Amino acid sequence: MAELFHRKLERSAIGFVLAIVAAASVGGLVEIAPLFTIDETVEKAPDMRLYTPLELAGRNIYVREGCYACHSQMIRTLQDEVERYGPYSLAVESKYDHPMLWGSKRTGPDLARIGGKYSDFWHVAHLTNPRDVVPDSNMPAYSWLARTALRVDDLPLHLKALRAAGVPYTDAMIENASVDAYDQATPDSSTSSGVADRYGKETQVRVFDDVATEVTEMDALVAYLQVLGRLTDAPYKNTAAPQKPPEPVK
Amino acid sequence: MILTLTEAERQIALGISVAVALGGLVLAAAGTQDTMEVHGWLILVFGAICAIVVIRDLWGPEPPRSRLESYYDEPIKAGIIASMAWAVVAMFVGVWVAALLAFPDLTFDGAWASFGRLRPVHTSGVIFGFGGNALIATSLHVVQRTSRARLPDQLSPWFVLVGYNLFCILAASGYLLGVTQSKEYAEAEWYADIWLVIVWVTYFVLYIRTLARRKEPHIYVANWYFMAFILVVAILHIINNLAVPVSLGHAKSYTIWSGVQDAMVQWWYGHNAVAFFLTAGFLGMLYYYLPIRAQRPIFSYRLSILSFWGITFFYMWAGSHHLHYTALPHWVQTLGMTFSVMLLVPSWASAGNALLTLNGAWHRVRDDATLRFMMVAAVFYGISTFEGSFLAIRPVNSLSHYTDWTVGHVHAGALGWVALITFGSFYTLVPSLWKRDTMYSPALVEWHFWLSLAGTLIYIFAMWNSGIIQGLMWRTYTEEGTLAYSFIDSLRAMYPYYIARTLGGLFFLIGAVIGAYNMWRTIRSAPSSAPVEGDVPLSAATAVARG
Repeated sequence: MAELFHRKLERSAIGFVLAIVAAASVGGLVEIAPLFTIDETVEKAPDMRLYTPLELAGRNIYVREGCYACHSQMIRTLQDEVERYGPYSLAVESKYDHPMLWGSKRTGPDLARIGGKYSDFWHVAHLTNPRDVVPDSNMPAYSWLARTALRVDDLPLHLKALRAAGVPYTDAMIENASVDAYDQATPDSSTSSGVADRYGKETQVRVFDDVATEVTEMDALVAYLQVLGRLTDAPYKNTAAPQKPPEPVK
Repeated sequence: MILTLTEAERQIALGISVAVALGGLVLAAAGTQDTMEVHGWLILVFGAICAIVVIRDLWGPEPPRSRLESYYDEPIKAGIIASMAWAVVAMFVGVWVAALLAFPDLTFDGAWASFGRLRPVHTSGVIFGFGGNALIATSLHVVQRTSRARLPDQLSPWFVLVGYNLFCILAASGYLLGVTQSKEYAEAEWYADIWLVIVWVTYFVLYIRTLARRKEPHIYVANWYFMAFILVVAILHIINNLAVPVSLGHAKSYTIWSGVQDAMVQWWYGHNAVAFFLTAGFLGMLYYYLPIRAQRPIFSYRLSILSFWGITFFYMWAGSHHLHYTALPHWVQTLGMTFSVMLLVPSWASAGNALLTLNGAWHRVRDDATLRFMMVAAVFYGISTFEGSFLAIRPVNSLSHYTDWTVGHVHAGALGWVALITFGSFYTLVPSLWKRDTMYSPALVEWHFWLSLAGTLIYIFAMWNSGIIQGLMWRTYTEEGTLAYSFIDSLRAMYPYYIARTLGGLFFLIGAVIGAYNMWRTIRSAPSSAPVEGDVPLSAATAVARG
């Protein structure tokens, strides 16, 4: 009987097409659509901060260089991972991440909580030549980052695009994005208090790459790495294994 | 090649080429401060070259009416050549990135040569360049033969093939420039993605139009798979790549999905790219070329139905097994695991169906390296689908995830299944398309076979070892209850395996180069005098029979 039905179906290209679409749609509908409607899918975290323009620029460098191919940003709910990397990752921590960078391979260690774990100086040395600080590392050297000026003039457009995708950047944030990026890496500039006003007092304003005269891609990438895991305290509190949140970086 | 198009088609082709070139010019003008400028010029040059090729023969003679009495194989030939070219390039890059893991300073201090930029060139190059061109070529070959109908026109297959390769070039060159979405297997940026949608819709329409012209009442099973491949890849591609471009002059865009939803959409896409690009399409190849080469009918029609619908339905649930123990809700993980395990049934039904088809033809498997390629491919298909279901089980995944085991698993499928079935199909196709009696050198086909098999085995054994060692070292505790190994300890243990995998990949690459050389020599050799009986569309066949 079923075979007879199928013999009929095989005679109609359009019928077959419709049957394929129907069969293939169910899984996605059942698994994906509820993720937008079930409230518990993403935890509430009122203290969750947005990426500053400089951190966002750094994130875009991370994206551009394909860092996710070797570094995950997702600590799983397994004891050894929590002991090695810190509290397991919550969904809310990547709620403003377009795209998410959870990754699927650890040729290098997880970076979800790398922020504040090492000094800026260490990161700059490590990115310039990883084998200077970790002799057995197989990470590529990214020495050109410190030689490349960061493009900041188009950052308002980036924030605007992200707002269209759902990130709550305000008009003031968009308007001042270029200045804010410059100021965050140049603490002596006259306007540098604006960044902390707009993005929260926890915002790290300092010279990240040890060169105060120019804002480079190295500044941006280090600023991003130093904020990873520090946008909210939620993973330290509302979990099965509460821990003390890390101290603010001096 | 242009002379096989009608005059009207040539004019449209010229129009499209000019439009593409102008589109490139617009992007180049809009993106003067961005990497977009480079891509704009690249599109302009690509369109201009196409226009020149068309113009050279624009006023040539109209193709004879008798063309309608044979299948239209010109774009299929071009697709095979493009596929082998991509294979050699992308596998070379694969060996390079493998070597980078053991010798990280092979980047020559160039931004473009770092692992993170080269890796997607390798993955997209093999999946989309090598695999995609092979799928387009073989699907157009199979649909004509099994429908006993010629393609409906001459222009759209060329548009699909050339347009698709423009996408591949934009993707691969973009990664070197740092243009990427960092979405695994969907790295290409928005403008390339939109272009692929246009190409893909044309491909679908072309396929359906050919099926509509079929002289056989039933649609053959290989076409089911090719249809599922075309349709579902379109759905996946469009939904996963919805994005907001920064501006018309920026290559960069931001995906509309974020965080946990993005993760689920991405792996729903990613796993089903494996299912419908790397499995369904290549099963289409298997269901046509294996029985042809073995000269045996498919073992079981019922198994074909079971495995087809099982794969089409179950696979779409399985993506969440990439996200075990993550911030993805537990119920979605559990569903993904359950369906992944159930997936073993239709997968093994396919593999079993293929191997049982060979009953009565095992002496051919022994003597004919081409058929052996396809037999081993079916075996690897069975092995890697078993491994896939196994790795999707949550506790197993806790060990294997994030390690090289996953990479080994992917390559068991990509090398052992996808590449071997493609080579087997090509070795069947090339002599028949170019009307030669055999390949230029059957001995080189043997060499290719053994190099591929050895390379694949070296590769996956190295990755099994490294992956399991890595996973165990990360979770080993001392007697005092602290973690026994630092991360760098685990990396240090990997170096021997990274060198072994590079060697395995090199074997496979050498095999592919030999294959490309052998095909090239076959194409260059003198055509055989005896025409192939019956390889014509049905209307033409009956016309010839009637005299």
